[in-house]
This record gives sequence, C-alpha cells and structure tokens, in this order.
Amino acid sequence: MTPPTIGVLALQGDTAEHRAVLDGLGARTAEVLAPEHLDTVDALVLPGGESTTMGKLAVRYGLVEPLRARIAAGMPAFGTCAGMILLSDRVVGAAADQTTVGGIDMTVRRNAFGRQTESFETCVAVDGIGEQPFDAVFIRAPWVDSVGPEASVLGRLPAEDGPGRIIAVRQGGLMATSFHPELTGDARVHRLFVDIAKGHS
Amino acid sequence: MVKNATTTIDNAVGTQRVKRGMAEQLKNGVIMDVVTPEQARIAEDAGAVAVMALERVPADIRKDGGVVRMSDPDMIDGIVSAVSIPVMAKARIGHFVEAQVLESLGVDFVDESEVLTPADEANHIDKWAFTVPFVCGATNLGEALRRIAEGAAMIRSKGEAGTGNVVEATRHMRAIRTDIKRLSTLDEAELFGAAKELRAPHDLVAEVARAGRLPVPLFSAGGVATPADAALMRQLGAESVFVGSGIFKSGDPAKRADSIVQATLHYEDPSVIARVSRGLGDAMVGINVDDLSEAERYAGRGW
Repeated sequence: MTPPTIGVLALQGDTAEHRAVLDGLGARTAEVLAPEHLDTVDALVLPGGESTTMGKLAVRYGLVEPLRARIAAGMPAFGTCAGMILLSDRVVGAAADQTTVGGIDMTVRRNAFGRQTESFETCVAVDGIGEQPFDAVFIRAPWVDSVGPEASVLGRLPAEDGPGRIIAVRQGGLMATSFHPELTGDARVHRLFVDIAKGHS
Repeated sequence: MVKNATTTIDNAVGTQRVKRGMAEQLKNGVIMDVVTPEQARIAEDAGAVAVMALERVPADIRKDGGVVRMSDPDMIDGIVSAVSIPVMAKARIGHFVEAQVLESLGVDFVDESEVLTPADEANHIDKWAFTVPFVCGATNLGEALRRIAEGAAMIRSKGEAGTGNVVEATRHMRAIRTDIKRLSTLDEAELFGAAKELRAPHDLVAEVARAGRLPVPLFSAGGVATPADAALMRQLGAESVFVGSGIFKSGDPAKRADSIVQATLHYEDPSVIARVSRGLGDAMVGINVDDLSEAERYAGRGW
C-alpha cells in the first residue's frame, strides 16, 4: 500500500511547522490552497493561525463546500487551535459571520483562555500517544465546552477539583487539539493522526 | 497560576515557546496599521491576521513631525474591543514603561518601533522581562540577532515607514538573507569571527548558520503599498507582511486591503497578483527615499 498523502491547509498560519513534523514521520505532504488540491490528498491537517482569517479565505477560494464533502465522505482530518475551531460543529464567541467547516460533534469556545498574555504551556495527558505527558503550548487557544455523543474526549487540562477543560477530541477519523503539537518537537500526536490516516488506529 | 472556572493549574506564561509560537501563528498573512475601530473592522473583514493600533499612520507622523509616543490607551482599548483578531501596538525604542502599559492593556504583541521617537539612545527594551511578545525592526542580520538576544519573538525589516516606497525594505530583506547565506558557508572557527563582525552572540550566530534561517519568524515592513510590493517581500523571504500607511492612505482601502491579502497568499502566482492589482484606485502618493534627509530617515534609529 502506498503511504497516504497528507495535505496541510495553507491559507494562513504555521503550515510549514506541520509539514516539517509530518515529513519527519516519513509521510508525504502537500499544500492545500484550492479545491483541486483536495483531490490529490488522502487526509488533511488544518493548522493554527487566525480562525477568522482562515474561514474568510476558505470561503473566498471556494474551499468550504469541497472540504465539507470530503469530510462527510470520510477523509481523516486533524485540526490544531484555529483548525480545531474550523472542524467544530458549534462555536461560542465566534466573530460575526465566522465560517467553519464542521465535522466534529462539539462546542468550541474561541479565545477561551484569553489574550496572548494569558497564553501558556503545560503538560497534558493525551489518550493514544502513550503514558508520557505531552508538553502542550496554548496560544490564544480555544477549549471545548462540550462534546456530543458522536465525539470522544482524548485529553483534558489537569485540574485540582473535578474534570479539567477538554483540549483534545476525536470522532472517527477526525481529531482536534486546542494546543499546538507542531511547535514542541514531540511528534506523538501527529504520529497518532498518521496512523489514523493509514487506517491503523 | 491561572484560574479558570473549575481549574487551578500551574501554567507557564510568557515562555520563549509561547512567544515565538504566537509569531508563528501570524505567518502567511498581513498585519495592517489602523487608527480607528472602523478601520480595524475593515482590516479584519479583508482577512488581516492582526492589526497595529496607532494614533497616526507613519505617513502622517512624517507630515506632522514632533516627538512621537505610544498611543492613547483609550484609542487602543477601542480597537481591542472592535475586533477578535490579535492587536499589536508600538512602544518607543528603549521605553520599557510604555511597553509595561501596553502589556497591561492586554495587547497581543508590542512593536518596539523606530517609527516612534527613540527614548533611549544606548539600550533597547529587555524583552525577556515581559510576558507579552515583541517584534523589532532590523536592517541587517547583526541587528536582527541583537534584538533576538534581547528577547524579540519576531523580526521585521525596518524599510522606510510612511514613504510608500519599498526600496529600503528590499534592501533590508536582501541584506538579512545574504548574511544568512554567507554564515552557512563558514566553518566553526570562522563563526567566532562572524559573531564579532555581526556584533551578535556566538550561540545565535551558530544557530542561524546551522538552520539557514532566523530562530524567530522574519516578516517585512516599511513602504509596502501595492499587492505586487507584498508579493515581492514574500519572494524575498518574508513570512508575512506589515502594511502601514499603504492601505488607509489609498483611494479604496477595503479593496486594497483585500488585494494585498490575496497577493501575500498567492505571492508566487503572477496571474493572481495581476488580477487583484486591477482597478484599485489611487495608491498612496509616496516619497522618494533619496529626498529624505538623514534626520528624516527612521531606519537609522536603533542599532
């Protein structure tokens, strides 16, 4: 079986960092800027950046409907930060007329942790990547208010009292994290997605 | 310690990774100077990744003269509450109290900017002391690395702000790129000499020589007025573009903002740049940099 080609949405944001991690895992990658680029990829990463900017550009370049169609047809997809917002069915605190692609049965709260001075890094446990905690960088990040019956929680922030905020979610071939696994040099979260894209996980 | 609803967690804010990571999120985009909440909304609608809140765009600063300082906090608050994209604001070179004020206002990035009147002729701000990330201007690699050593999380070319003339930005982008290429040809012993020549820390010089790039994102600023200017900066290696006076000093700001966003994204596709360059109305008039006296040039401020 030929290895899957993993597209990285290249409308804005840290596309290059995702490609570098995926390349390091031996995956084939390609930039996705236009609807026809989607025809050549087997899976898609939606990177971090500004979700309003990406949503507007996705509308302008006619990518929203083709993305929805591919996701409905079962294409694996992984969104980080802004990409998580794009993959969520419901957004709280969205900018007026903010467009999302949807796919994961969850409600995401945009800029939930606050502005940049509240951005932070901390260690989190994520299901499916092994016992070792993951050093997670949160930048003007969203969190997940709630997930519907279709989606399952992969990770939460540590909390002293009760369950912490949901920051990683999976629904079949779709995955999303509030944090930026592309920024820390630890490829375990991307490896999980590559395994999903290969149909191994 | 950050409290959020049901949780109390040890979170590390303002780390190098959190600051540089924020800069990474702004790549492949356009940051626009705005002076009113209405302009900020036009910028956001056009697909800007961030706005720079200031009282006067550089073209007006040139015209008005005098000492130029941090903007009024009321003005910055107005813009912060008008848009959901990140907001940047400028502090004077070396004026760490202006930077403290901007941080307390909750701006997402501080630009320690040569466009304002410098407040210290010997020292830039110690940017490691802040939680908010900083961007600084540079005209060459040595200057860029000195700013990074002081804690800058992003470097931009200085260009010559408020002129609508891209020639200085081109000079600075080429200088930085050429210096980086030269470093990659040197052996370990020569890197010590290069560090001395660049007046930059040896560990940063060695890191750039190894990686072939700066350890923080490199953006361009200073004189970008047209979609083709923005694409030129991208082709010269800028990962994003700042546009100051070029948008809101032009005939049709909303359309020009939109066109510059598209040209920045499709910077390698001349057919897109041609399409978005049609019917844009008047560009800002612009100034020939040769007509400026030394005192009128901002790029020489800072060192």
